[in-house]
Amino acid sequence: MAAAPRAGSKAYHFKPYNVGRWFVWGLFALVLLLAPRLWTSSFAHTMLSQMGIAIIVCLAYNVLLGQGGMLSFGHAVYSGLGSFLAIHTLNLISAGKLALPVSLVPLAGGLAGLLFAALLGYVSTKKAGTTFAMITLGIGELVWSMSLMLPEFFGGEGGITGNRVVGAPVLGITFGPQVQVYYLIAAYCFVSTAALFALTRTPLGRMLNAVRDNPERVEFIGYSTQQVRYLAFMVSGFFAGIGGGLAALNFEIVTAEVVGAARSGAYLLFVFLGGATFFIGPIIGAVLMVIALVLLSELTQAWLLYLGLVFLFMVMYAPGGIASLIMMNLRLAAFGKLGRLWTGYLALAGTAFAILAGAGAMLEMIYHLQLNAALGPGMKFMGATLDTTSADSWFGAAFVLATGVVLFELARREFVRQWGTIQEEIEKEIKRREAL
Amino acid sequence: MTAAGLQATPGEHSARGGPAPGTPALELRDVRKSFGKTEIIRGASLAVQPGERVAIIGPNGAGKSTLFNLISGRFHSTSGDILLNGRKIDGLRPYQINRLGLARSFQVSNLFTRLSAFENIRCAVLWSLGYRYAFWRFLADLRDANDRTDEVLEMIKLDRRRDVLAMNLTYAEQRALEIGITIAGGSPVILLDEPTAGMSKSETRRFVGLIRDVTAGKTLLTVEHDMGVVFGLADKIAVLVYGQVIAFDTPDAVRANPSVQEAYLGSLLADAQVADAGH
Repeated sequence: MAAAPRAGSKAYHFKPYNVGRWFVWGLFALVLLLAPRLWTSSFAHTMLSQMGIAIIVCLAYNVLLGQGGMLSFGHAVYSGLGSFLAIHTLNLISAGKLALPVSLVPLAGGLAGLLFAALLGYVSTKKAGTTFAMITLGIGELVWSMSLMLPEFFGGEGGITGNRVVGAPVLGITFGPQVQVYYLIAAYCFVSTAALFALTRTPLGRMLNAVRDNPERVEFIGYSTQQVRYLAFMVSGFFAGIGGGLAALNFEIVTAEVVGAARSGAYLLFVFLGGATFFIGPIIGAVLMVIALVLLSELTQAWLLYLGLVFLFMVMYAPGGIASLIMMNLRLAAFGKLGRLWTGYLALAGTAFAILAGAGAMLEMIYHLQLNAALGPGMKFMGATLDTTSADSWFGAAFVLATGVVLFELARREFVRQWGTIQEEIEKEIKRREAL
Repeated sequence: MTAAGLQATPGEHSARGGPAPGTPALELRDVRKSFGKTEIIRGASLAVQPGERVAIIGPNGAGKSTLFNLISGRFHSTSGDILLNGRKIDGLRPYQINRLGLARSFQVSNLFTRLSAFENIRCAVLWSLGYRYAFWRFLADLRDANDRTDEVLEMIKLDRRRDVLAMNLTYAEQRALEIGITIAGGSPVILLDEPTAGMSKSETRRFVGLIRDVTAGKTLLTVEHDMGVVFGLADKIAVLVYGQVIAFDTPDAVRANPSVQEAYLGSLLADAQVADAGH
């Protein structure tokens, strides 16, 4: 295990026992363990469970997108079919035809994901780039249409229901209470995350990066790009299936929409938002996904519009996602220069808030007029009451928005200048250290 | 693949049983390649013995790069045979040809841009050491792969830049990394497509020395425009004109060959002699 440096040669840069890594993984385990103690409501437990599931599926998706450069529009096929196979397995257990602990049902989902990835991935991974994306889109549509054609398997409109409280309790765990399901999900989440992280450190994982960067060259160093993509696709399908299987246990109902294009789109969108170029990106994306889909949709009817805008700005200004923003700031912190930016960040946040308030007020008023006109002209927004029929509200909102935009632009220019100066300083610092 | 065994240890291909003595390391027999109606390679024939160092020269559009693409499997020939150690390789995929012991570099650096110099080389080492698609072993534990990678980085003088992303290397460093990836797997037959393209005179001179070192003992084919590089690297010159090898001999014999002079070389060689005299 410990790689002793060769005699007379410099030591390797990797460390077999990396303290920082143990700390990060310990922290991750701790967060998974303590989260349901911090947020104790059953609603919170439901959300945490969904986050755990989303983390697995998004990490699995990023094996394709971030690590392999494969833009799949059909990831929900594998998580969704995993869900269906898992719920059917659960029902077999309920019917007494199969003796399997409920805690292993997600593995049935994983095997289903693996199987379908092996089958369908063989077709799609023959190609890369746009062709690959098109094939995944086609397969997604195919499976979606199958869900309408095969109601016995997909359950038609009503879906398939199951009951996770079956069989004798193991160690007193019945999976009746949500928190017990949460801990099952958390366990799977931790193991899957560790496994997928480990994958990035193996020959296959590294060659997958190589295929992403330059598929042509990979062929000239002995590797079949198709084989690399295919294997990665199966790994991705397996873990997506595990996530799907956990979702089946969590909701005890699986409907056809879990294999749909909207679900596939959500995985793509949030993995990108979280940051596909970093391992941690999809985890951030998954947490955001659940927050957006559950909380934001409660908060406002226009949530899809906000989400679309955020996505748009992210693609344009921070294509590396939130993870890249965090990493950039960590780099600054590592050089002890982050503190200098706090006024800049404060100005950006303040002006951005003004834009959000102004634009949000106008959008919400439009939505109110269109959808809730019957409730009268008054509406609540950020604690204030706005009259959607009075010009004052509109002018007020427009004024806040315009002021926000102007000030934000000024703050942004100053921030960019500061940022540039600091980056130059860091470059110099690095050169200086190298010269030592 | 049957080829996997051949690559068990880098640099030992020729030592293992293999072809009968006297078999050329690389042989082209009347190779032809057409793109649409245009025939680019028109019956090229060439036999390179193991350990020979050959420069392929020729005017622009003679088909030098196309020939490399045919040999390395990037394109497939229209007719004719290409043999590596007596084994037919035309029609095989590039990775299959590579596993049989042939590696090539590219005229435009073809790197894994978002990976470090170290990772670039390690990727090129993995297959030759038999790690294939392993997902059950950690890269950090692969002593032989890491040692070999460090060794190659030292050879191409990038050991101090090992953790820099390929895209952040200087142009000359990228060219060196390009060569490093090519030789890392230990293939006994090396094809270099204009290794010094775009480099300054002084960089070129240093680089020729480097190439000579890292390809020592191997069968080498280079495409080159710079006659200084040609004479620095090759002990034989193949002249490709309009898709045919019109001469294949030692530099002096090629210089004296009337048909070569007629075809195009006179002026180029005269330039080179002037350049030589200048040294």
